[in-house]
Formats: sequence, structure tokens, C-alpha cells
Amino acid sequence: MLVSYNWLKEYVDLDGIQPDELADRITKSGIEVEGVESLSQGISGVVVGHVEKCEQHPNADKLNVCQVKIGEGEPVQIICGAPNVGTGQKVPVATVGAVLPGNFKIKKAKLRGEVSNGMICSLEELGVDVKMVPKEFADGIYVMKEDAEVGKNALSYLNLDDHILELGLTPNRADCLNMIGVAYETAAVFERKLTLPKPSLNENNESASDCISVKVDDFGDNPYYGAKVIRNIKVGPSPEWMQSRLISAGIRPINNVVDITNYVLLEYGQPLHAFDYDRFGSKEVLIRRAEAGEEIRTLDDEMRKLEAHHLVITNGMKPVAVAGVMGGAYSEVSDETTTILLEAAYFNPSIVRQASKDLGLRSESSTRFEKGIDRNRVYEAANRAAELMAEIAGGEVLEGIVEAGPRFVDPEKVIVRGERANKVLGTNIETKEIHEILERLRFSYEHENDEITVEVPARRPDITLEEDLIEEIGRIYGYDKIPATLPEGATTTGGLTPSQMKRRKVRRYLESVGLYQALTYSLTTKKKANAYHGLATEEEPAFISVSMPMSEERAVLRRTILPQLLEVVQYNQNRQLNDVAVYEIGSTYLTDERNLEKLPNEHQKLAAAFSGLWHFHPWQQEKKPVDFYVVKGVLDGLFKKLGVSERIEFQQVKREGFHPGRTAIVLLDGKQIGVIGQLHPADQKEWDIKETYLFELDLDIVFDIDVEPVVYSALPRYPSISRDIALILEQDVSAGEVQSGIKAAGGELLKEVSIFDLYEGEHMDEGKKSVAYSLTYYNPEKTLTDDDVEKVHSKVLGYVKEKFNATMRG
Amino acid sequence: MQERLMTLQEEAVEKIEHASSLKELQDIRVEYLGKKGPITEVLRGMGKLPAEERPKMGQLANEVREVITTKVDSKQEKLEREELDRQLSNETIDVTLPGRPIRQGNAHPLTAVIEEIEDLFIGMGFSIAEGPEVETDYYNFEALNLPKNHPARDMQDSFFITEDLLLRTQTSPVQARTMEKHEGKGPVKIISPGKVYRRDTDDATHSHQFMQIEGLLVDKNIRMSDLKGTLTLFAQKLFGEEREIRLRPSFFPFTEPSVEVDVSCFKCNGAGCSICKRTGWIEILGAGMVHPNVLEMAGFDSKEYTGFAFGMGPERIAMLKFGIDDIRHFYTNDLRFLEQFKRA
Repeated sequence: MLVSYNWLKEYVDLDGIQPDELADRITKSGIEVEGVESLSQGISGVVVGHVEKCEQHPNADKLNVCQVKIGEGEPVQIICGAPNVGTGQKVPVATVGAVLPGNFKIKKAKLRGEVSNGMICSLEELGVDVKMVPKEFADGIYVMKEDAEVGKNALSYLNLDDHILELGLTPNRADCLNMIGVAYETAAVFERKLTLPKPSLNENNESASDCISVKVDDFGDNPYYGAKVIRNIKVGPSPEWMQSRLISAGIRPINNVVDITNYVLLEYGQPLHAFDYDRFGSKEVLIRRAEAGEEIRTLDDEMRKLEAHHLVITNGMKPVAVAGVMGGAYSEVSDETTTILLEAAYFNPSIVRQASKDLGLRSESSTRFEKGIDRNRVYEAANRAAELMAEIAGGEVLEGIVEAGPRFVDPEKVIVRGERANKVLGTNIETKEIHEILERLRFSYEHENDEITVEVPARRPDITLEEDLIEEIGRIYGYDKIPATLPEGATTTGGLTPSQMKRRKVRRYLESVGLYQALTYSLTTKKKANAYHGLATEEEPAFISVSMPMSEERAVLRRTILPQLLEVVQYNQNRQLNDVAVYEIGSTYLTDERNLEKLPNEHQKLAAAFSGLWHFHPWQQEKKPVDFYVVKGVLDGLFKKLGVSERIEFQQVKREGFHPGRTAIVLLDGKQIGVIGQLHPADQKEWDIKETYLFELDLDIVFDIDVEPVVYSALPRYPSISRDIALILEQDVSAGEVQSGIKAAGGELLKEVSIFDLYEGEHMDEGKKSVAYSLTYYNPEKTLTDDDVEKVHSKVLGYVKEKFNATMRG
Repeated sequence: MQERLMTLQEEAVEKIEHASSLKELQDIRVEYLGKKGPITEVLRGMGKLPAEERPKMGQLANEVREVITTKVDSKQEKLEREELDRQLSNETIDVTLPGRPIRQGNAHPLTAVIEEIEDLFIGMGFSIAEGPEVETDYYNFEALNLPKNHPARDMQDSFFITEDLLLRTQTSPVQARTMEKHEGKGPVKIISPGKVYRRDTDDATHSHQFMQIEGLLVDKNIRMSDLKGTLTLFAQKLFGEEREIRLRPSFFPFTEPSVEVDVSCFKCNGAGCSICKRTGWIEILGAGMVHPNVLEMAGFDSKEYTGFAFGMGPERIAMLKFGIDDIRHFYTNDLRFLEQFKRA
């Protein structure tokens, strides 16, 4: 809502309150002023001039040489190229030395040999938005009313010495979508006098009800409809003051009838519609629901197909307007119109909202109906418009208003208790002050016992509860006067849940070993949602798609974070940032429903991508590219941190999108929790990135399992004994399997088994490899003897030979 | 004989002093103190002396031996140290060469901001509550006093998945869910951080996905002044002890009264600068007293219980705190961006 300071001044005493202060105080007490614009935009030196003589320029077809009186002295010569300049006009003149918007300075000039001492201005040159300029002045200079006084500052005649406040209204404050509402608010905030328009009508003896009847089908859809008839209208331009007020509010002047309806819209917040009575087609207004498929050609000359839930104004036969949204083209006011049928109504907000949404038509009218207009101001607004039509369009107002529905409704009563207000706000506002605040708001009230019963005016439909009144009291009292206290009551411990703690632990660990945390989008393409997820194809679940995606790129919810991290690798490597190690913790979304009805399963996943070098220390010739074991090492450390490393298993698998020989699933207590592996080289090529390794884990499963608490185990008191063995194994026997086998066979005395060498290739038989294990024996009870160890060790050797078909090497 | 011993001593001391290497010194030790050395020889010849002189001579000979031994030892220590110094001097390295890099990543700046805020409120007794990102219309809107057709639904155009399911537009549904779980019994004291989604075209100041962190405190006797006090503490911890806050009336369907919360500008201390757009104040939060309808729908008696709620955008806070100029940086994951927040 754009509010003219000068206009507002007509209703509220703003003496001594500058526009900036007005904006500041209004903002602090509830209506955010998003900006204050000075219409003059720094204009100076523009005066009213009188064109005394206007002749064709001797050397230029399109220029005129004008003698313009701009004050006491002799007329000055000004060259003007506007087609509409003419002798006898009063015009805005930028004199020599004047400054126009954009810091444009007017200097004395010579145009094709003729001296020009200034410039006759168009509205656009004076900073008026070109879209707001009335049509007759669109291509030329602005011509002022004849009573403008020569030599005076032109800005006040043009209403450009004004300031415009731009209100950013929250949906509950639709009452300030009009000047009267803003005036109420301003008067309350500043405790100033309020003077509102009081329409007075000179109606003739002809009764409006002889010309028209009104019938409403359903008062739920249309609680009130009022019609007035005005005869002998002369359609023409509206007066300057009205035009400039419309312009300042962002509405282009059209003609006096349309301008009046718009003016009353701005002043009262009441959308009005003017029909050409003679083209209305009947003497009957019937408001009803549209029939499905019924059509109407609207003002914008579009044929609109209506639905059964739309409300229409009809002439008893066919629709002449979509209620609250737009009028029909046929009964539109034209230059020939002489009799006006004026509609002032209250339509159900949600019906208007639905229709404006369906038809894609949002207007100043429909938004006001949607947000709620003042039910009790409809009648007065109709009179105000009729008054103006008589005043400036020469109309004769017929007696009375033809109505359907009650003209006024009783105001809502809401009770507020001072004690409760103070309790909610944390203040000690005295009863007397609460009364004063209600009076400033112009709310009537009765105070009995502890209860103040407030009659909420219909202009404030947002107030229905005690809390709403507490807010009114609080904001007018001033939120800056509310003290700062801390909550009293039982103390709570607060803190993180075990799973939240584990998540932080995981993050700290990964960051400490060198990974950066990434944050990517949950919405992705179908293609990306369908890769790397590892879900078996036969049970592949449906995509979870947003119904109206903004783009293909953000159409479905991700099932895995991995493609997003590959995007991160790609983005960075495209910028020569080759060494990438990133992780993300976030949700993936899965469902087993074809047609989603339940909430999908949101799994908290941890994913990571590694590419390029893991370690690089050039001057000491250290360089370690990322490989499978680097990534596995990171995971090993992670599982230790979480206390589950003993329960983890890696199982070689083949999976879509991964290197067929370098991929494993990760199991926890035998249950699959994730995957680790190298991105398939074919995919790698497609992504156009370097060799990349990935892992993804389901954190919900990992966090959910119980972990043994930390218990100290005694430091060794006796020496341990180590034995190394090198085993020749078939290539397809995995080193880890043998390691577990040794561990199991070694029993209690075998404390630790580690792999310290792997040999493949030369000197080995085809299909064989050598793996060396170091076995550490320890007995916590006593010092082990060689005999003790030998007994167990030979058992271990016997076991691996038999179980894994291993032979001892060398 | 005595003379001979003294001469030997002088001779030896002289040689020791001139010795310049450990080998030379070892030769001197052998020469004078060895089994075939002159002192041993002198001692052997003592048999020829009269018996009463023998002890005196013996003592003298031992003294000489002692002196030489001490001298040799101390010279040896000196030479050894010199030798070591020489050796160490050859081991000198260039300390300006770079160290072996230790890998170190760091948290995303938004996580850093969120954790800081979480910890701050944990200190005040709050817990962290989380909830689903795909929400029902009920929890995302209706339970928050936004019935179907409510004009405020326009304020947040949403990504619907089905008629009833959508990507949550705010983290407030977590508040509704948590309150329900409390079955009408307070206090409820939670912070709920998380991702939210709105139909915005991504540009420097808009993102279709962003973070939100909200707080809720429901108990008997919670006042708006408590909101002011709590948020003042928050602003001071996050932006510095000097900070003040200002409440401006606003509107949110789920709070009544509703306020926008401005923090005095941490850059210019209220004098006016480009960060606060010359107002001295920066808008940081939306807040208010929990709407009685919201309390009632979640099973709380609004006559008995009151509460406050607040919400803010970690992106905005991070942008202000770190001077970041484009919201898209948070989701592009450029390593040169991410690595700047090691200290955050």
C-alpha cells in the first residue's frame, strides 16, 4: 500500500510530524514502512509558466519557439518539441538553473540557432512513472489547470511536493489497505485528532428502486449488496487533485467515473463497480453461483469460462461481472455512458480468493475482498462515490440505495482482562492506561469487574481473541517498554540426545581426519535419484516427486547423497581443485508406496567422496593418491570412535555404478548398513572427474544400536610373545577371512592378529599370493613359555592349512 | 725420583693441553697411564728406595697419576663435545621449509552457526528436537493456525508432493509434534534446526532450500518479557556483549502477539552502516507468544499455559557474521569457500 503523506494529512493532524518520523513510529508500533519516497526527487526550480506565444521554429519542423511568462519580468524564450504545446497554456517550466530527477541540471542553450531559457516539462521528465501518466499527456508536456498561478512553484500544483510511504502489510492488517484505515492507525499511534470524510448527498426525487432491483441467492456468498443509480454523468477526465492522488498510489487515471471508483477504493478500501446502466440489459441484479461452463467476456476482453463455485453478478439472465474480481466488457463504462449503476458489496473472501486464483486475475479489488474489507463501511463508501460523481462528473444521484442483506452488522465483542494482558506481556500497565489505549484505537468498551468488553469495529476483523487485544494494548503501549526478564519455573537439563551426540562425534572425527562438510540440495533429477542407491531393481520404489517442480533439476527427492557429492567433486575439479574429500550428513527419502500416502522413510545418511591426492608433501617427495584403503581407513577409524569396529564386516560385492572389483558392502552385526567403493570408471568418465572413491552409511541404524560402555582393561603385567607366519593362499581367498579364521582358532591366548605383508607376482605360482600375519600371544595370568605358545600356534597353523588350503612359505 | 715424577706430570699436562683430537688424547693416556708408561715404571723402581721413603713416594706417584687422569678425562669431555658440535652443525636444516601437512577438514559454516546457537540454548536448558522434512499439511499448516484458504499461506509458496504431503516450509511442525508428545504437560523447551523448502528461484538472496532454527518454550507463566530477555541474551552471546534488541509488532499465524526482532548493528554499533542499511538495526528473528489455537490444537490448556516461540535463518546469520554476499555459496560447496571456516 502506497500512502501519500499529503493525503493522509487531510484526515489526521500531522502537524510537526515529518514523513520520516511518521514512518519510524508507525513501523515501531506495527505497520512496517518499507520506504519513504520523496516525489520531488530533488527537483528544484520548476515553476508555473504561461505560454504567451508559440510559433514554429524557423529551422526545425518539430520544434516550437515559445514565449513563456514565468514571473514578474518579461517572458522568456523556450524551445519546446512537444506536439501538444500551445498558446495560452499553463505549463510546468524548468527554469535555467533548475534541477530535475537524476540530478539533471537545466542550462541556457541554443537549439538550431534559437536561444532556449529552460524547458517545458512532461510528467515523465518530472519523475512520474510513465505508466501512471494520463493518456492525454503521454506523448507531450503536462498542461495544468488555468487557475495555476504563474511563477509559483509547480510542484505543489502537481502534488509532487509529497512523500509516499510504502507500507509492507502483513496479512492480518488489511484494514490499512486504505487511507481511512491508515488514518485510524496513525491517529492511535500519535494520539492525534482524526477527521474522516462524511459524504453528503443531494439526491433527486426519482427513486433508485424504480430503476433496479437486487436479489442475492445466498447471503453466505454475498452478505450485502447495495446499488445506487446516478444519471446525467458526463464522462471526462477527473480533476488534477484526484489524478495526482491516484498516481501517487500507483493507479493510472482513466476517466472520472473509473477514477472515482478507484479513489473510493483507496480511501475506504471498498471495491466498487460502475456499470453502464443503459447497457446492463435489465432492471434486475441477481447475484448467484455461475453455472459450470458459463462464459463471460471480461473487461480485459478475454473470454472466461466459469465454474460452479464462482460467484457472478447477473442481469437476471447472463453474468455481467465475476463478483469481486472483474466486470464484464459489455456493460463497461464508456465515453457515451450517461447513467451509472454503482455496485457496493461485501463478498465472501474465500470465494473471491478462489475465483481470482482460478482465473489468474488479481486486482486491487480482489486482494481487498480476499483479505477482508470493512463490512460496515460498504454503505458509506457507496454514498461517497455517489457524492463524488455528483461533484466532479455532473451526475444526479437517484434517491436511496437498493439493497440486499443487512446494511450493518453488530460489532464483535471480545473480552480482555488487564491482569491477563500484564501476565502475558510481563508488564504492569495500569487500567487507566489500557482504557486510554483502547480510546486511541477508537474501540468502544465497557469495564465491569475485571473484564473489559471491547466492541471491535468491523474494520478490524483480525481481532477475535483476547490475545489479539493484548497485542493491540502491547504495541500501542510500546514493546520497547516491555522489560527483559528470564523465564521462571522448573529448571530443565536440556542437552543432546544420544543420537545427536553421536552425530556430532562423527562430524568431529571426519573433519579431524581431513574431510570438509558439504551441504547439497535434497531435490534432484530423476536420473540422479536413480543411480548409486543400491536398491534392488525389482523392488525399486516410486520416485517422490514434487507436483509442480520449478525445474527438471529439482524434481524428485534424493534416495542417496552420492550423486550430489559427485557434483561437488565435479564442480571443484572443473576449477582445478583436484584433491577433494567431502562428506555430508543428511536425509534420503524412500517409500514403498506407488502412490504416496504415508510420510516417506527419511534415513539419516552419511556419505563421502574422495578424489585426487590424499596426502601431498612435495619437497619431501611424499605423495599418496586416494585409494580404496585410504577410504576404508577413514571408516575403520570411524567405527572405532563409535565403538562398533569389532562388529563390522566388509563384503566384496558388485553394484551398479561402482567398480566391479573394488566395492564392498558394510555390515554391522551382519546387517547391511552401507557401501564403500570406487566409482565405476565408465561413470567417472561420464562425470568427467578423476578416480573417485565413495562411501555411504545409514546413520540411523548405526546410532540406534547399543554399544558397550567404556571399561578399562588392565595393562599387561607379563611379556607377550609374537610369531610371524607367511601363508601362500589362493588368490580368491580373502586376507580378512583368513585373519578372522586365525583369530578364532587361536582362542583366548591369541591376543592380536595383524597383516604385515602381502606379496603377489614374480616367484609366486599362478593364482597364488602370500600374506604374512603377525600373531601376538598373551596370558594375563602368567608369563607364557615357548611350550604354551607352541601348543596353540601349531593348532592355528593346522587350522589354516586345512581350512584355507594354505601352505607355509619359506 | 720426586723430580722425575714432577717432570712427567708437567710434560703430560702440556701434551694434554695441546691434544687436538680424541685419538691424540687416547695416545697420551696410554703413553702416561698405561702399564708400560713412565709412572708405572717409577713405581716399579720404588723397591730401591729406603723403606721410610716408600709411602711418601708412592703417594706422590699416585697423585701425579690422578692429576693426569683428571686432565685427560676433562680434555676428553671437551673434545667429545666439540666433536658433537661439529657433527650437529652439519645436521642443520632449513626451518623455513614447510611442515608435513596434516589433513584437516572443517564444518560447513551453516553447521557452525547452528551448533553455536544450539549450544547456547542447551546452556539455558533447551533440548534439540528434529522432525521429518516431508510433512503433512496438518503439521506444516493447520496445527500452526493456518487453515486451508488462510491468506497467510500465500506468504510461503510450497513444494507439494501430494494434496496432503509437502516439503516443510518451516521447522515449526516440529514444535507442533513435540508439544503433542508432551500431552498437555509443560515445560516444553526445544530448539529445532533443519532444512526447509520454498518455491523460490535461486539467486543471490533466495534459495529454494535453506536452513531454519526455531525455539519454543511452553510453560505456566511464560511472558513476552521472557522472550525479550532470552533473545537479548542470545543476541549478546552471538553478536557481542554490547548488543541490544528491539521488538517490532508483526504477524505470524502461529503467534499472538507476533514480533520481528532487530539486533543493534554489530558493525557500526547503531551509528548506521551498509550492513544495517543505515538504520542501526538488523532484522534477525521472527518471534511471538504462541497462539492459543496452536496450544489448544497440540493438547495444551491455553488458560494455564503460555509460551514463546522464535525462528531465524542460519544463512542470514552466517551471511551477516562472515560477510558472505551470496546465499548460493552455501550450497555450491566450493572448497575455497568451505575451507575458510576452520575457526568458525
